[in-house]
Amino acid sequence: MPPKYHIESAPVAGRFQPITRSGVLAWEEGCLKCAKCVKKECVYKVYEKRALDVRQMIDSVDSVCQDCFRCVQNCPGRLISKELNPAYKAIGNSYWSPEILSNIWFQAETGRIPVSGGGYGGPFSGFGFDAMWTDMSEIVRPTRDGIHGREYINTSVDIGRKEMFLEFDGGGNISSPVHPLVEVPLPVFFDLLPWSPPPKRIRLAILRAAERLGTLALIPDADWLPDYKPFLGQALLYLKRGPAALRRSMIAGLRFVEIPDSPKVLWQRAFLKKEKPDLVVAVRLDLSEKAGDRVLELTRAGIEVVHLRADENGMEKGPKGLFIKDRLKQIHLRLVEEGVRDQITLLAGGGVAMAEHMAKLIICGADAVAIDIPALAAMECRVCKRCAEGISCPVELEGIDSAWGASRIVNLIAGWHSQLLEVLGAMGMREVRRLRGEMGRAMFFEELEKEFAALGRKG
Amino acid sequence: MADPTPPFVFPEPKRTRTRFRAPLSKYRLTIRAACDNCGICIETCPYRVYAPGSRHPRIQDEHFCLGPACQKNSFCCVTRCPKAAIKVWPNPSFPILGDRRWTAELLAGTWHMAETGEPPHTDLNYRTGASGGGFDKLRLVFPRRRGEVRPEEVSTAIQLNRTGDHRPRIMIPLPLYLGGMSFGSVSIVSMLSRVRAAKALNTFCSTGEGGYPDELKPYDDHIITQVATGLFGVREETIQRVRIVEFKYAQGAKPGLGGRLLGDKVTPPVARMREAVIGSALFSPFPFHSVYSVEDHKKHVDWIKEMNPRALVSVKVSTPSDVDMVAVGSFFAGAHVIQLDGSYGGTGAAPDIAKKNIAMPVEYAVPKVHKFLKAEGLRDRITLIASGGIRSAHDMAKIIALGADGVCLGTADLVALECIRCHHCESGRGCARGIATTDEELTHLMGLEWGTQRIVNMYVAWQKQLTGILSRLGMRSINDLVGRTDLLAHADYAPKPGSGEEWE
Repeated sequence: MPPKYHIESAPVAGRFQPITRSGVLAWEEGCLKCAKCVKKECVYKVYEKRALDVRQMIDSVDSVCQDCFRCVQNCPGRLISKELNPAYKAIGNSYWSPEILSNIWFQAETGRIPVSGGGYGGPFSGFGFDAMWTDMSEIVRPTRDGIHGREYINTSVDIGRKEMFLEFDGGGNISSPVHPLVEVPLPVFFDLLPWSPPPKRIRLAILRAAERLGTLALIPDADWLPDYKPFLGQALLYLKRGPAALRRSMIAGLRFVEIPDSPKVLWQRAFLKKEKPDLVVAVRLDLSEKAGDRVLELTRAGIEVVHLRADENGMEKGPKGLFIKDRLKQIHLRLVEEGVRDQITLLAGGGVAMAEHMAKLIICGADAVAIDIPALAAMECRVCKRCAEGISCPVELEGIDSAWGASRIVNLIAGWHSQLLEVLGAMGMREVRRLRGEMGRAMFFEELEKEFAALGRKG
Repeated sequence: MADPTPPFVFPEPKRTRTRFRAPLSKYRLTIRAACDNCGICIETCPYRVYAPGSRHPRIQDEHFCLGPACQKNSFCCVTRCPKAAIKVWPNPSFPILGDRRWTAELLAGTWHMAETGEPPHTDLNYRTGASGGGFDKLRLVFPRRRGEVRPEEVSTAIQLNRTGDHRPRIMIPLPLYLGGMSFGSVSIVSMLSRVRAAKALNTFCSTGEGGYPDELKPYDDHIITQVATGLFGVREETIQRVRIVEFKYAQGAKPGLGGRLLGDKVTPPVARMREAVIGSALFSPFPFHSVYSVEDHKKHVDWIKEMNPRALVSVKVSTPSDVDMVAVGSFFAGAHVIQLDGSYGGTGAAPDIAKKNIAMPVEYAVPKVHKFLKAEGLRDRITLIASGGIRSAHDMAKIIALGADGVCLGTADLVALECIRCHHCESGRGCARGIATTDEELTHLMGLEWGTQRIVNMYVAWQKQLTGILSRLGMRSINDLVGRTDLLAHADYAPKPGSGEEWE
């Protein structure tokens, strides 16, 4: 058994106050000056601890209040109300919703998984990842207890080409090729950022986090800086300018590189392998209707890893584009049918925003996932995309302390890792590798709803 | 077969107002200084929103106000006020309440039932939430011409033992009992209120997995004791005291995961009950480490049956992809009742990822199991109870039409006790409204009589609604509704109601 993988996390305070869903409105006018004011009875001591953040003009009352409504109901003058905060609704966009971003901020701050009481309060189902449920074991299939440490659940994955069988020569020596593998202890990579303020410190934070987590982060070759040198082992260098532009001295320290898909990929890969035979080379491919054909072609041509990309909201390009999980299901099943699925590693990313998305994307056929915006959001990004237009960042991301940023990202991934263990444990699995492509252990909205719709009246 | 027991008479509801100074209402009313206390508003309002006051009328039941829609009525106070001193306006705090499943309107509608024993007369939607699927998209299909069955001819009673074995046949007058909420996760006042309400309604209330406090002894005949994976507080003596024993294999809110009671809630009485250490978090493992096969499961059921020869056995499971197989297995292991706990059910504390993503909603699981049990020829020999996300009399009718015999409730009871779904049951001292807490001071925010009556009132209102539904459908018994999916329409897939029918 490998040594137990554990992510150390510790609370890391944010630099900015969170934006809360609702705020307290308390009027002074008409106050009866009761001897025992309801504000003094607050269970959470919201009013006693009250403070104003002068820089952001945010009253701590709003963030400490837990919405119990006792003061709202008990004030004899009815002077207190709770009202929706319009700034909360304005965070992010329809995909990177205020709920998702608040969830990321909570984990980045605490390193804990979100736990709450009172059952689920969200929509029945939804678009994309919200249109599936994961399975659980009951009575006859034992579950696994990964969270409380009674059983070890392995989340490591091997990235690279795999031979389906070994061949031996007459002398009993292995004659099959032995492919290099990159083993990561959890199925998460950090992808290129779709946009960001000047990224020097941001990338440094991500590389530091990758080092602490034991994973890798994509960095474009053109943006490589001498400051990143101590983290060369964590870099998954993206060779946008082609392999010829790569310095020999640098290639020696690299384990893993990525090249954009083009008619030249086989030649480029051969070039890189000649320079460093144990380098793992991934091909970056945008998801589309034709992606399945191309992945099959690349698999047959001996490519080790394909990194499939959707946009930041999980969509393919074009008006008829599918959501990432739906296309990935097709591609995975196609490779299974052709009998080649296990030869190649599929990384996939775009729209992965919560721990459950990671588990669900793996169920739909990814070996590991690549994340982008969550790393930024862990450092308090609000997905306003003002940086993409050259406007200054409201949370001053360009100026962060990279050690602080790394700790926030590590906290987030610690939360995600624990949640992955919960999902695997409930399904009775001891290895994340077993989760890949296990669509029979998931329940899809379209299928269940079809049966459901058939029950009722047709009109 | 005719039941020899005389028909059950439901208790009369008693008006039980909010515990807090003001109700949380959809509309607010303000009486301006121009008021000369003429008293017209007090007289004109049929809902008795106003009471006499010294300088101007007192607004005593703001939540009974019909809001701006009342202006079409001749009795509207706003238009009748000679001084135009009354203002009605939307309560700005109202939209903050609740969530997609329990909307502010559904909460306020349920509070109305818990206060009065009647469904609300106001414009609150108390039938569905806003989750956008499942129950919230299903409509009951009624013939426009009323059936011949009068409400007093309708029976809502169900039989819990349908196996045909020698054990007692237990009828409950409403197709519902109250689900497990352990001592520790809720206060003793909440727990006793539920148990006493169960007695008043001649049904049952499960203890949950926190042991069997002595305070419950007088209600033994209305208690289901739970045997769950942590075996907290389970003794031979507790098994022998009750008429129904429930095995909890899984809970819908955290399927496949163990239960957890955070350290703060392990107060001295809780620790004593559970034979644990004060202040130290308690984990209930998952699964039963003595059950890895259906044979093991049967051994468990036999063990209970041996210990208590008059008890019925209920098996509570969650909703995995093979839930139909689990149900059949449980039947052959000797269960009288199989309870399917859907993934959107309640809990004291659970990881959000589990509540949202693991296992399927009960609306999908029930028809699957119903169909499978029917195909196996077993449907008439087991009682199928649905839980996990049932919020209203309409949800109850819908899930029965999907194939359940009855339901098991938890969150609805807490809402009757004025839970506002803030989702902070687990934090610090627990529920700030004194429902799900073991904090001494917070527990005293609620009285036992008050709590009992609120829950009784709510179910009396549900009984009236369910009886109304059956009468409109021309059915004499709730059993006639089981599996009648032809009486359901899904708002997304069916066109508008036909000429001879109406949807609700």
